[in-house]
Amino acid sequence: MAQFLFNLFAAFTLVCALGVVVNKNAVNAAMCLLLALVGVAGLFVALNAYLLAFLLLLVYAGAVVALFLFIIMLLDTKGEQRPGLKHASLVARLFAAALVGAGLLSFFARSRLPEPALGPASAAVGAELKLYAYQLFTTYLLPVQVIGFLLLAAMLGVIVISKKLDAAEDAP
Amino acid sequence: MIHATLHAYVALSAALFAIGLLGVLIRRNTLVVFMCLELMLVASTLGLVAFSRFNGTDDGNVFVFFILTVAAAEVAVGLAIIVALFRKRQTIQVDELNTLKH
Repeated sequence: MAQFLFNLFAAFTLVCALGVVVNKNAVNAAMCLLLALVGVAGLFVALNAYLLAFLLLLVYAGAVVALFLFIIMLLDTKGEQRPGLKHASLVARLFAAALVGAGLLSFFARSRLPEPALGPASAAVGAELKLYAYQLFTTYLLPVQVIGFLLLAAMLGVIVISKKLDAAEDAP
Repeated sequence: MIHATLHAYVALSAALFAIGLLGVLIRRNTLVVFMCLELMLVASTLGLVAFSRFNGTDDGNVFVFFILTVAAAEVAVGLAIIVALFRKRQTIQVDELNTLKH
């Protein structure tokens, strides 16, 4: 059963991720991204990371994809025009794609990961939350502070970016 | 109950990352490129969670916390930059944003 669910969610995620790449329409790409994130959240549940699955849906599906859709609608760009690819850039892209493909192939063909036995499933969901909180406020206290500072800096940065241009445009 | 192996999870994570990278390489729309970047971040978190689960530790999961936070901040700043760029240049196609090239 668990294997079947893994296969299902893995296939779903991969198909939706490919949808993000191949979709011409940006709105459809955002929707595919949303579905791929739902698939990843399902995989998180299969890995017993319930809280992370919930957070992924909340932060990514709830906030990030909504923001993307908002910006796509705001900018209202027409579909991608396709001018002829320049030679050098075409070669570079093919080369990069070939490199990625070769890396993946060698990974699938030759990698040998050790297979650790699956540990016992974690306790109830509430206990897991407590564990996270304990770790965040003991072992990872400094990263939490740094992340808080990063969020503050990002907020200020966004305000400055949005404001400066307005002032420049308003100036005669 | 038969569980999927760690190898399967890591392979899936790598494949997802490769798809995201491919999107970054071949798409022209800056917004879609940005979405593919998010896909790559999520792929890496999947690997972290899988390793964490199979090793019986919680550190990987806590790191995913931080990655989520950084991704949210990154999206906010990135989209603000894209909007500012669009206001200035009236385009978000990668090929037309070549001021630094010339």
